[in-house]
Amino acid sequence: MVDTVGDRQAANAAGTRRTGIRRTGPQRPAGQSALGAFMRRHRLAPYLLLLPSLAAIGLALIWPTLQIALYSLQNFGEPQIVGTEPAKWVGFSNFTTTLADPEFWLSLRTTVMFAAVLVTLTMITGTLVGLLLNRLGKRMAAFVSGAALLAWATPAVSASVIFVWFFSPDGGIVNWALEKLPHWLGGGQQWAQFNWATNGALPAYTIATILVVWQSFPFIAVTVLAGLKSIPTELYESARVDGAGAWQGFRKITYPMLKPIFLILGLLSIIWDFNVFTQTYIITGALGNRDEYNLALYSYSQAFQLPPAVGLGSALALILTVILLIITIGYVRANIKQGAVA
Amino acid sequence: MTSMSARAAPGRTRAARAARRAKTTRRAMLNAAGLVVALLALFPIFWMISTAFKPATEIYSLTPHPLPHHPTLGNFNQVINGQAAGMGLSFWTFARNSLFVTVSAVVLASALSLLAAVAVARFKFRLRTSFLIMLLIVQMIPANALVIPLFLDYRSLNLLDSLIGLIILYAGLALPISIWLLRNFVATVPRELEEAAALDGAGPVRIFWRILFPLVAPGLVAVSTFAFITAWNEFVFALTFLSTQSKYTLPIYVQYFFGRNGASWGPIMAASTLYTIPPVVFFLIVQRRMIGGLVAGSVKG
Repeated sequence: MVDTVGDRQAANAAGTRRTGIRRTGPQRPAGQSALGAFMRRHRLAPYLLLLPSLAAIGLALIWPTLQIALYSLQNFGEPQIVGTEPAKWVGFSNFTTTLADPEFWLSLRTTVMFAAVLVTLTMITGTLVGLLLNRLGKRMAAFVSGAALLAWATPAVSASVIFVWFFSPDGGIVNWALEKLPHWLGGGQQWAQFNWATNGALPAYTIATILVVWQSFPFIAVTVLAGLKSIPTELYESARVDGAGAWQGFRKITYPMLKPIFLILGLLSIIWDFNVFTQTYIITGALGNRDEYNLALYSYSQAFQLPPAVGLGSALALILTVILLIITIGYVRANIKQGAVA
Repeated sequence: MTSMSARAAPGRTRAARAARRAKTTRRAMLNAAGLVVALLALFPIFWMISTAFKPATEIYSLTPHPLPHHPTLGNFNQVINGQAAGMGLSFWTFARNSLFVTVSAVVLASALSLLAAVAVARFKFRLRTSFLIMLLIVQMIPANALVIPLFLDYRSLNLLDSLIGLIILYAGLALPISIWLLRNFVATVPRELEEAAALDGAGPVRIFWRILFPLVAPGLVAVSTFAFITAWNEFVFALTFLSTQSKYTLPIYVQYFFGRNGASWGPIMAASTLYTIPPVVFFLIVQRRMIGGLVAGSVKG
């Protein structure tokens, strides 16, 4: 680092500020490590190390977020994009338009219901598989978790295309199997040509649900497994001596011990499942079926389908972002409680 | 007493045998359940690969068969020689684009996150906690919301339809979690090692490369895997920004192909098989470290 006068002045300023920080616990003050010695001479070091990351995060994530808020207050369409007319500030009219729009409420309902079903199913499936992995022998557990993680590693576009193929009316195996199913189980001829993609939200989101559960249960399972490994087995042994069964063992020991992990996984799942874009975009046919939009698809189509309404799209994107940020606050608080932000 | 215990002994062994049998049955049931989970998880991947090797007559047959009767490379040939999607462009064009974008984003994200992780794990400074909380928050901002303003920004910067533009974005998107993951690895490197090296007269740069870097390498593997998956899979930015077909990345190619010729499942499955191989192979190699890293990053912090 070039030790200029300006540098040194800034370093002194940082130093005076630094004295205000209380050093706690067994953690050694940074000044004693070798890199710390380097830092004592250059108090700007951490800021310089952070600078490139901050710049990238600022440009890719923070500045655009602020821009969404700005555009949502503007009348910004084709003429403003081309530059023939300046953007007009229109106050909250994009929001009032949105709130009066039945398509918005339909897409919000689809989003909320899809997320609720997804979170429930992924958490239950993931937890059950996690519990199963914990009881399997070493080799079997490695095989099963390896297989499950392949589902997780499959790119979203590939996975979506595979599942659309499963549910395809020409040659797909789901319709074939449903056709073969006995009548009293809901099977029969009517399934032969059934088109899952173009018959409204329910069939399309059935595909999306199975697909997303398939892709996201492995992460939950592996995380729950890691949590289970941290519970001392003596707890279960003494519970068994006291006559507790498997269900009671889960309710009285596993659940309370894993509660923080369940909380974080649940919040993460809500955030992820509230905002499924790639899979729904492909399954619903590239914005082709308006009655199958969720919030993510609706905001995208407002901004990018002709005529582009950047203001309206941004208002929708902001609503989505604010909902997610509210859930994120819960997530951050859970992390702080866990001692993760130390 | 002796007669009592003699009489009790066979009863006890019978009980023990029953218990052992119950245990074996339970084990068998658990293994069966494990097998079912593994098969369900693998089935979609298996079906993709199997379809990719089937001739058209078998794909649209009224009774689907799990394995191709007459396996063919025809679908792969169509994808590779560029006939399939009607663009006249070979699969390799898109693979090269994806590889370029992904590798660059991985290198950029790893380098930047390593610097930031050292700052966060080794130094105490004002705003440190704020920075960590900021990371947790910004990683939740949905990409499909950001794409609206970024499209306009990139348009005025002339970065639309440019792979370089995507690299910067992908690195930025992967950074929050990368820093978060990596700081744990840096924090576990004992400071004594650095002190000892400093006593031996090593400078900070040397300490960084000779001591810290090798010890943090497993963490970098986890971060690279994460950044690789982010960049290789990224859909919405590439979909919106890239307009020249020869610049498409693989997910956009597969999507475009599927949108144009939705019914040619053989070539589509061949294309998505080829697209899926790299992350799966990469993932199998680093699997154990990846799981550890992810779990450490997302749950234990």
